[in-house]
Amino acid sequence: MSNLEELYKEIILDHYRTPRNRGELAPPASKTEGFNPLCGDELTVYLEVTDGKIVDIKITGHGCSISQASSSLMSVAVKGKTLEEVREVLSKFKNMMTLEGDVVDLNDPANREVLRSLGELAALQGVSKFPVRIKCATLAWNTLSQGLEEN
Amino acid sequence: MSHFNAERVRADTPALTRVINGRPITYLDSGASSLPPRTVIEAMDEYYRLRHANVHRGVYQTAIEATDAYEGARAAIAQFLNAPGGSEGVVFTKNCTEAFNLLAKSWGAANLKDGDAVLLTEMEHHANIVPWFQLRETIDLDIRFIPVNDLFELDLTAIHDLLKGVKLLSLTAMSNVLGTVNPVQELATLAHAQGALVAVDAAQSVGHMPTDLVELDVDFMMFSGHKMLGPTGIGVFWARPEILATMPPFLGGGGMIADVRTDGYTPATGFTRFEAGTPMIAEAVGLHAAVRYLEGLGLDNVQTHDRALTVDAISRINHQFNGRVRIIGPTAHDNRGGVISLDVDGVHPHDIAQVLDEIGVCVRPGHHCAKPLMRRFGLAATARASFGPYSLTSDTDALLEGLQRAITFFG
Repeated sequence: MSNLEELYKEIILDHYRTPRNRGELAPPASKTEGFNPLCGDELTVYLEVTDGKIVDIKITGHGCSISQASSSLMSVAVKGKTLEEVREVLSKFKNMMTLEGDVVDLNDPANREVLRSLGELAALQGVSKFPVRIKCATLAWNTLSQGLEEN
Repeated sequence: MSHFNAERVRADTPALTRVINGRPITYLDSGASSLPPRTVIEAMDEYYRLRHANVHRGVYQTAIEATDAYEGARAAIAQFLNAPGGSEGVVFTKNCTEAFNLLAKSWGAANLKDGDAVLLTEMEHHANIVPWFQLRETIDLDIRFIPVNDLFELDLTAIHDLLKGVKLLSLTAMSNVLGTVNPVQELATLAHAQGALVAVDAAQSVGHMPTDLVELDVDFMMFSGHKMLGPTGIGVFWARPEILATMPPFLGGGGMIADVRTDGYTPATGFTRFEAGTPMIAEAVGLHAAVRYLEGLGLDNVQTHDRALTVDAISRINHQFNGRVRIIGPTAHDNRGGVISLDVDGVHPHDIAQVLDEIGVCVRPGHHCAKPLMRRFGLAATARASFGPYSLTSDTDALLEGLQRAITFFG
């Protein structure tokens, strides 16, 4: 697999071209804005939380394929989940992305298990090999974290 | 007689020997930072190996040599700019941004009053915007912007109204996003007629076209060393010596004083007042070598070379991509420099830059520290290619190959 194909996996390109959960939610849904001041990417995450569950999530904004695909994949991964489950995915995802550019050792059963549990999100693991793009992948997640804190 | 030969400049530039991802480097980011020739690197190396000492202090041999080297750089810069008053108006700063902060925080804070207007343009770098907004936190300034028209040039239709009550016109000689070269001399004449002073951001222009301060007739000029084949860590703030003499100190400390007592201090006069602490001596030596190198090439020749590359690149981009790739900047060659911002329909600039990196092509994705300008054109970012005196049409070949790859990859 070439470097580019490793970064831009088919799932990523699919979510970039056809982003899921695009749009806005009216109040009382919460609205949280995220910015990447270095590259100009902007994202708004709308959250509807009822009884400790994300019952709906919508995202608007613009950015590169990695930031857009990551936000779309995230919306699918957290929709309908309890806040506890969402926090767990968040922490697993952030761990996957902050391996300081190292490739995840796939021979380690613990790593394999984490990636398996992340499902489609594991496609973004290739980004960790491109340190300057990690912030693209984590923008949506940091915005979601902030939104959950405010909720 | 011209000695300019881009192939020779290339051979003089060690960084261009790099191989990236199996391909020779294609460096198209000179607008962000240019690549120094060997003479610049060697001058700094020689300085550190044999002549290093602090300046303006010692009486021993190498301290005198270091002082001569540092002051020699100042004189070379003054001559390079044909600066009225020679070295007297040349202040070394960390970079162009610090020079703008010096202007705003020293001259601006001392001379601007509540209700005074400062006129900028919509194509300014953040370095020429943010310091004025910061100053507005203490002085009720009226900060205005000359708009940019759809041809990516300054819209001067309302210039007379915009200039009313203006104390300072501060504008870029050449946009770091659009490549647009602004009519600085014409605007300086209009501004002076209204009693305003004129500051010029020459960061993009000074290493790419001749600069003559007598001819331009402006009051302040600022630029960075590393965009004119010199090292990072040094920039220049130039002010007319008679204006500089009236400006209060900026940073305080050693070197910038005439006297310090327990009840206060007296600042030094002239450029010394603005150079607190040990200055960037090695960088001044490197900048001096860069100025010599550029003078050897001839700035007229560098400008002609930039133009030829730009005309060729614009025509080939328009021809090959048939509207899919839009050039965010003027397409006429006579009012622009070698900075080409691209907007590729359906492919984000970051993704373009990533694909280009695969074949060793270095371009800059992003807002280029010019967010008001990007907003004006409804863009979040562009992918920017920019030429240097070592650039060749083969660099454009690689750029086009990469753009085609990105378009094929993302569909």
